[in-house]
Amino acid sequence: MLNEEVRKQFPILDQEVNEHRLVYLDSAATSQKPSSVIHALSEYYEGYNSNVHRGVHTLGTRATEGYEGAREKVKQFINAKNIKEVVFTRGTTTAINTVAHSYARENLSEGDEIVLTKMEHHSNIIPWQQVAKVTGAKLKYIPLQEDGTISLDDVRELVTSKTKIVAMSHVSNVLGTINPIKEVTKIAHDNGAVIVVDGAQSVPHMRVDVQDLDVDFYAFSGHKMCGPTGIGVLYGKQSLLENMEPVEFGGEMIDFVNLYDSTWKELPWKFEGGTPIIAGAIGLGAAIDFLNEIGMENIEKHEEELAKYALEQMETIDDITIYGPKERAGLVTFNLGDVHPHDAATALDSLGIAVRAGHHCAQPLMKELQVAATARASFYLYNSKQDVDQLVEGLRKTKEYFGDVF
Amino acid sequence: MSFNNLDTLYRQVIMDHYKNPRNRGQLEGDHITVEMNNPTCGDRIDLQLKIEDGVVQDAKYEGEGCSISMSSASMMTQVIIGKPVEDAIKISHMFSDMMLGNDADTNEYKIEDLGDIQALQGVSKFPARIKCATLAWKAMEQGVEKE
Repeated sequence: MLNEEVRKQFPILDQEVNEHRLVYLDSAATSQKPSSVIHALSEYYEGYNSNVHRGVHTLGTRATEGYEGAREKVKQFINAKNIKEVVFTRGTTTAINTVAHSYARENLSEGDEIVLTKMEHHSNIIPWQQVAKVTGAKLKYIPLQEDGTISLDDVRELVTSKTKIVAMSHVSNVLGTINPIKEVTKIAHDNGAVIVVDGAQSVPHMRVDVQDLDVDFYAFSGHKMCGPTGIGVLYGKQSLLENMEPVEFGGEMIDFVNLYDSTWKELPWKFEGGTPIIAGAIGLGAAIDFLNEIGMENIEKHEEELAKYALEQMETIDDITIYGPKERAGLVTFNLGDVHPHDAATALDSLGIAVRAGHHCAQPLMKELQVAATARASFYLYNSKQDVDQLVEGLRKTKEYFGDVF
Repeated sequence: MSFNNLDTLYRQVIMDHYKNPRNRGQLEGDHITVEMNNPTCGDRIDLQLKIEDGVVQDAKYEGEGCSISMSSASMMTQVIIGKPVEDAIKISHMFSDMMLGNDADTNEYKIEDLGDIQALQGVSKFPARIKCATLAWKAMEQGVEKE
């Protein structure tokens, strides 16, 4: 397992909250940032803040190098073929919406089908609902099995020659299910469909190789992987991106502008209208350096062990319901007997433990699980068994507390 | 490891309303229905009001949510039944003020005269939970505006 040295690189974690050692278990919502990322941001603002791509002055050149250097880092991190396939966006949501807008609305029509799963985050449902409304395409959902996984047999049955898009999360933000993206991609391709993967919960935690997976589109966010908010990535196969129109028009993305018509820059810049997210990209680049230094394999192993330990320990608590499969990514979603998850989260907070409570932007999944809300503890490289122990003790105390007052 | 300040939030009387809700159920006959939810957390209330001659004659609710949202709904119905609509709105504004930590008393009403709802005063110390407490009151305001 990774050691305390990792935690020490995150200054925010060195504090008490409500007079207890802070235990941050909400990294699936957003991760904390190491000093190196925070420094990269202040270095940029203090040393070479400038607009990119057009300034001939020195600061402009340095900013451009920083911004495009970050793109190169992303390219290597996910093993894209070239930088044309790496589009910076505001986050996962914007990336998926770009595909929905610029690919799906143009290429789908009545009779076509979009296949999703029932475990998707709202950001991988609503863009497709909107596409369906505009194009007349139909949405179909891959059902969940008892343990919160999907079956490839169901995928084979639902994905047909009518399917034009398969949209799926790599890792579920509620169940922690790791979906078999490589196999699903093959099924999609065999039927002539493209696959769009929501990678918000996978890229921060495991090695993702877009060429090996053979995915067509892959979206993720910087802020869940130790980077700043407001930056994300849309990976797309060059052949597909080439044929897509930009979503936003304006500065930065143009080649020639005439009075009545204009042409666009080449990939990836045609998708980056307006002054880009320069500081965000530089911060993301620093986050990738940080993750690479620790090693994605080590991070994955650390979280796997932590999740296993958390599951074992949490299962010993009376009346706890845990959702999702045994084999899972580093998060545990649960309900504590009759205690409403908001009440549980408030009680845990008063013990310095930060967990998430609510529907986790997955209302259809909540319906499927037949609950209005759940609580979720999610782990990252800076969490330790001590954090899990503190959580488990906190849960026992919470149960006692509400057991007494209820 | 011991809970910090938790008792200021979870007062006995709140738990009592959560466990033994008053006015939970469905109104018979003519009434107004307001459905409202808190989209960030999934709390939901279905409030029914019977208003005659400008007075709240009866109120009932169904819903699901945390102890704070459901006890607040229970207390709210208790307070407004029998009150003129203007007074119900006035009390709702007082309640908002109480949540924001402002001085809530008005010329006609003092918070401590309004029974159990003063137990919710502690919620103002937990900003993340204020929306839970105000859900039922917002539904009520919307309902009387419908009338």
